[in-house]
Amino acid sequence: MPDGSVHDWNRAGPAAAQAPTVVRQRLRAPGRGWRRLASPIAIICLWQTGAWLGIIPAQTLAAPLRIGRTAAGLLGDGTLGHNLLVSLLRACAGLALAVAAGTVLALAAGLSRLGEAAIDPPMQMGRTLPVLAMVPLFILWFGIGETPKIGLVALGAVFPIYLNLFKGVRGVDPKLLEMARTLGLTRWQTLRHVVLPGALPDFLLGLRFAVGISWLMLVVAEQVNANSGLGHMMMDAQEFLRTDIILVGLFVYALLGLLSDQAVRLIEARTLAWRPTGARG
Amino acid sequence: MADQPVIRIDRLSRSFGETTVLHGLSLQIDAGEFVALIGRSGSGKTTLLRTVAGLDPVTEGRVEVPDNRAVVFQEARLLPWRRVWQNVALGLDGPDGRERARAALAEVGLGHRLEAWPLTLSGGEAQRAGLARALVRAPALLLLDEPFASLDALTRLRMQALVAELWRRHRCAVLLVTHDVDEALLLADRVVVLDGGRLERTVAIDLPRPRRHDDPGFPRLRRTLLSSLGVADAAAA
Repeated sequence: MPDGSVHDWNRAGPAAAQAPTVVRQRLRAPGRGWRRLASPIAIICLWQTGAWLGIIPAQTLAAPLRIGRTAAGLLGDGTLGHNLLVSLLRACAGLALAVAAGTVLALAAGLSRLGEAAIDPPMQMGRTLPVLAMVPLFILWFGIGETPKIGLVALGAVFPIYLNLFKGVRGVDPKLLEMARTLGLTRWQTLRHVVLPGALPDFLLGLRFAVGISWLMLVVAEQVNANSGLGHMMMDAQEFLRTDIILVGLFVYALLGLLSDQAVRLIEARTLAWRPTGARG
Repeated sequence: MADQPVIRIDRLSRSFGETTVLHGLSLQIDAGEFVALIGRSGSGKTTLLRTVAGLDPVTEGRVEVPDNRAVVFQEARLLPWRRVWQNVALGLDGPDGRERARAALAEVGLGHRLEAWPLTLSGGEAQRAGLARALVRAPALLLLDEPFASLDALTRLRMQALVAELWRRHRCAVLLVTHDVDEALLLADRVVVLDGGRLERTVAIDLPRPRRHDDPGFPRLRRTLLSSLGVADAAAA
């Protein structure tokens, strides 16, 4: 069957040529992932070994396994859950205040020259303040309740929201605004269809900065004075030399930062679907 | 109705600081008339169109234009964050906006891209969407500001044919700003040559429609227009 063999050869030809590359890619993909995981795992192993051999005392740095057991224990008796919830509520309340105030201020300054003259100078001055240095003042003003903590988060997070949204509102393509005029759009329609969607990418960038700053503010506020929250849990542990609890707190903070950043990215992917894939941040 | 002017411009002047861009310019355009405005860069043609569009103020002279006018710019100027049909329906009153947008997009040959994001359109497709956005408003006056200048040659030919066909059906008055003499010859009833802010010449194009690029009447008119534009070599050739 000469015909059949030729046919088979033709069909097998391209497939045979492609097969090795496909297989190699499949093998390589997990290989690369493992390679990137190798060094962190090695560090953890060294850390654990150092603890076993007594080179790293528990008062300096608790061993990884110990941290894991402590985390499970703190989860089990509800300590971690309770403090996490308290911190989360503070961060969310502060961030919500910052988003509301920052949005209102940025729109007022961005949409009118009078608003800009009134709002922008104090905001530009305020953003140069190291907000963390205001902790003593906040304690004097608001005592040690929830107000100074939420206030500190809000004050820290309001500037990135304001600055980016203001830039976004002012940066809307004037050609699109002109087009809106020729279509006879009202001021409200122009705001809704042209200005706000045009400023959204900048707003979301500001939100990402604001989320990061919120956690930073909260850590400091809770470590300076608090009787609940992740920061308090960690400061409490300091008094008893419990580095394992401190490290659990650190990991939880890191996880919260990572998750909240992912949440903003998810919002970006949802609301900025119109952007070409290459331009997404 | 055919004799009722849609645009009445009377001794319009415009200066930017020291430079005077338009010098006491007067021009009328009748309902349903297709007028092409050609001129070198800096001749004031864009300023004239922007004034008629209501984007530039009238400081000296009088300009009467209908309220329902629509503009197509050189760049399509679609909102990238609204779908194609939403761009066309922008600012339309009533619940049938989507249906009207769909019909307008189908008319310009974009019926299959209703839900597309503008940034995924080609240059020609974006300009078609811009045309649909203008026509869906049933304008008495359509202003075209070098709408095909940034398109490739083949797409430009197709778009010129489309505009000719849309104008035949809608019969709105059109003011087309262009620097392409052949485009003016192909589309316009009348070509107005602008030079240094003054009306240099008006040439009636009385060739039968539909016109083709190899129309035997073109060379003579092309020479006339090019010599008004001061392109002596081309006029002699």
